[in-house]
Amino acid sequence: MAKTYHRPTLLDHIRTRYFATRLDTAMSVLFGAITLWILWSLLNWAVLDAVFSAADKEHCGHDAGACWSVIDARWRLILFGLYPFEEQWRSAIACAAIVLVTALSCVPWFWNAIRLPVLWLTGFAIFYVLMAGGYFGLKEIPPQSWGGLSLTIFVFAAVAIIGMPLSIVFALLRRSELPWIARTMGLVIDTIRSLPLLSIMFTFAIVLPFVLPGWLIGDKLYRVIVGYALFFACYQAEIIRGGMQALPAGQEEAAKALGMSYWHRISYIVLPQAFRNALPPTINQFVITFKETSLVVIIGFFDVMASGNAAFGTAEWSFAHIEVYSFVALIFFVFVFALSRYGAYLERRLAVASR
Amino acid sequence: MTALLRSKSVRDAGLQAGFTGGLFIMIVVFVLTAQTNLEAQGLTSGFGFLERATGWEINFSLIDYSTSSPYWRAILVGVLNSMFVGAIGLTVATVLGVTAGVMRTSGNGMAELLGTAFVEIFRNVPLLLQLFFWYALLIGLPKPKQAPFVWDSIALTGRGIFVPGLNVSGGSVFLAFLFLLAAFGLSLWLGAARRFSRMGKARKKTLRRSLWLGAIILGILSIWLGRLPDTPLVNMPYLKGLNYRDGIRISPELLACIIAISIYGAAYIAEIIRAGFNAIPGGQSEAGHALGLTRWQIFSRIRLPLAIRVVLPTMINQYVWLFKATTIGIAIGFADFFMVVSTSINQSGQTLELIGILMGGYLLINYSMAWVLNRVNDAIKLKGTQLRI
Repeated sequence: MAKTYHRPTLLDHIRTRYFATRLDTAMSVLFGAITLWILWSLLNWAVLDAVFSAADKEHCGHDAGACWSVIDARWRLILFGLYPFEEQWRSAIACAAIVLVTALSCVPWFWNAIRLPVLWLTGFAIFYVLMAGGYFGLKEIPPQSWGGLSLTIFVFAAVAIIGMPLSIVFALLRRSELPWIARTMGLVIDTIRSLPLLSIMFTFAIVLPFVLPGWLIGDKLYRVIVGYALFFACYQAEIIRGGMQALPAGQEEAAKALGMSYWHRISYIVLPQAFRNALPPTINQFVITFKETSLVVIIGFFDVMASGNAAFGTAEWSFAHIEVYSFVALIFFVFVFALSRYGAYLERRLAVASR
Repeated sequence: MTALLRSKSVRDAGLQAGFTGGLFIMIVVFVLTAQTNLEAQGLTSGFGFLERATGWEINFSLIDYSTSSPYWRAILVGVLNSMFVGAIGLTVATVLGVTAGVMRTSGNGMAELLGTAFVEIFRNVPLLLQLFFWYALLIGLPKPKQAPFVWDSIALTGRGIFVPGLNVSGGSVFLAFLFLLAAFGLSLWLGAARRFSRMGKARKKTLRRSLWLGAIILGILSIWLGRLPDTPLVNMPYLKGLNYRDGIRISPELLACIIAISIYGAAYIAEIIRAGFNAIPGGQSEAGHALGLTRWQIFSRIRLPLAIRVVLPTMINQYVWLFKATTIGIAIGFADFFMVVSTSINQSGQTLELIGILMGGYLLINYSMAWVLNRVNDAIKLKGTQLRI
């Protein structure tokens, strides 16, 4: 009797995935038990035994559950920092604008040397006008009193906008045919890349006032942003250079043979393809940049981490650090996870396209 | 004149001279402005301050340090602390990361789920936030009087974790560590250097074994000889008054740094390891299967060695990057290299010199780490012009 092909059912799938051998069964049971235990304790802590509203704060700590009252009471401080209370809607809209711009730049229609910069500059201008005020009858609020999530987003967006063009320039200089330019740029990039970001920020915040002529010093926040952008540009330049190196040499040679000038070759042949190659690591770099924006708290800025610290800094809430850190972690997680999933999706799509 | 401008070589030379000259002039302007600014503040530049006494405490130090120690010693303490945290953090991160990476490629659904959850949670939250979290958790442990005392030897208190220690001098432990390091380096050299390429495999194996054995014996010997006189070898912590005495106190700052670096690093390393395993063609393990090897043999003899070869270059970058990340210790007051330098800047005002030391120090450490690991990579990668894998 001939055997026919047996279409695997769900049961077969479970058997091969979880109970293929005795070892597999043991592992599934062990890891399953660990997973269930973690999930159950988390559920107990975060939902079942937790206190949610600020009104019944005195119930906190009785059932050893989470005390989300602190978030209920302090969420505006965590999100907006010391921004004036009645103006906080501006901060919220400004953040939403940048988030929208980030989401829009994931749409391929915008991947173009004109549309993308225009999109980001518009978004950034909206953000800045809303936050700083002074126009359209908005009250003027200096960057010193910005804080919370909006400061984090401001630093991130500014670094991206300054760093991206800078990184293209760096990559082109490093790949230059003129040996002295290429070597000097290589030295600069390698040196900056092997220094910790914190030491760069620190240098720009503390040391630069000593070495710059007075008219160039500017606000500490802007100096830190420039330092961070420089650091970002050095990393991103290497990513773009990697993308350029992956191009077959024939591409540029063909363009040369057609008599295209250097700028035409770079802007129509090399860079578009290099960016396509470098897209997944670029998104990864943005993810890392967003996470490391939190380091500005050490230089003394009131970003979302510092406002989180401030939220349980008073005696009233001093016990609630785990709840506050979980909340701030969740904010970061939402942004970073979404961006990194998008990066993974893009990587799969590009891999399919190049097959 | 226009002919001169039209000539490509002249233009190129002009461009290069302009670029490097511009950078050079920028640096000169910086230095000159710095000098006038510092003179206005009455500070003398130069490295003479390194001999002055610091006058401030450092909360964690591997070598003798007091407030009357000079600045160079304080900086040395910082460098050693950074390397200490880096060495432990990177080792633990590698072990955890390889475990999570192997779990994610094991083919067992439950293990993959757990590994993926670990990676996604800890990779997508900033390191600094994790550091604050672990620090808050460790500080929040009970006071010494109410603290749990596990197996009558490990006390978990909010002022630090107390564990049993050995009554030996620090120098002898360091010496023992050096012996092990030397054995590791020599056995790598044995495997890689052309000088030993003619040696038989069995002979190499015995030589390597005797090397390790010798290092371990020498290490134990040096610890034994370094015992402090008139004390028992093992030193148990005990509760006296309001705090624990004796034993080794692991401060919350140090432990939080190590935990944060290890777990964050592990999440990244797990991804690298997973990519490494996925890069191995399926035919390799199928061939092993066809030869009748067991699952463990296929893993340990075929997939793991191939994966290590694939991931090592990426891992080198990751290690350098993680080591740089140890600078966040300053956020919770752990006296690493960066924190010592920034305190020194506050106290002495010798900003430029100290920033120079900081940058030089990190460049040196990172370049030497990358150099050593690249030698390891050269030793284990496929020789000749064969295709990788």
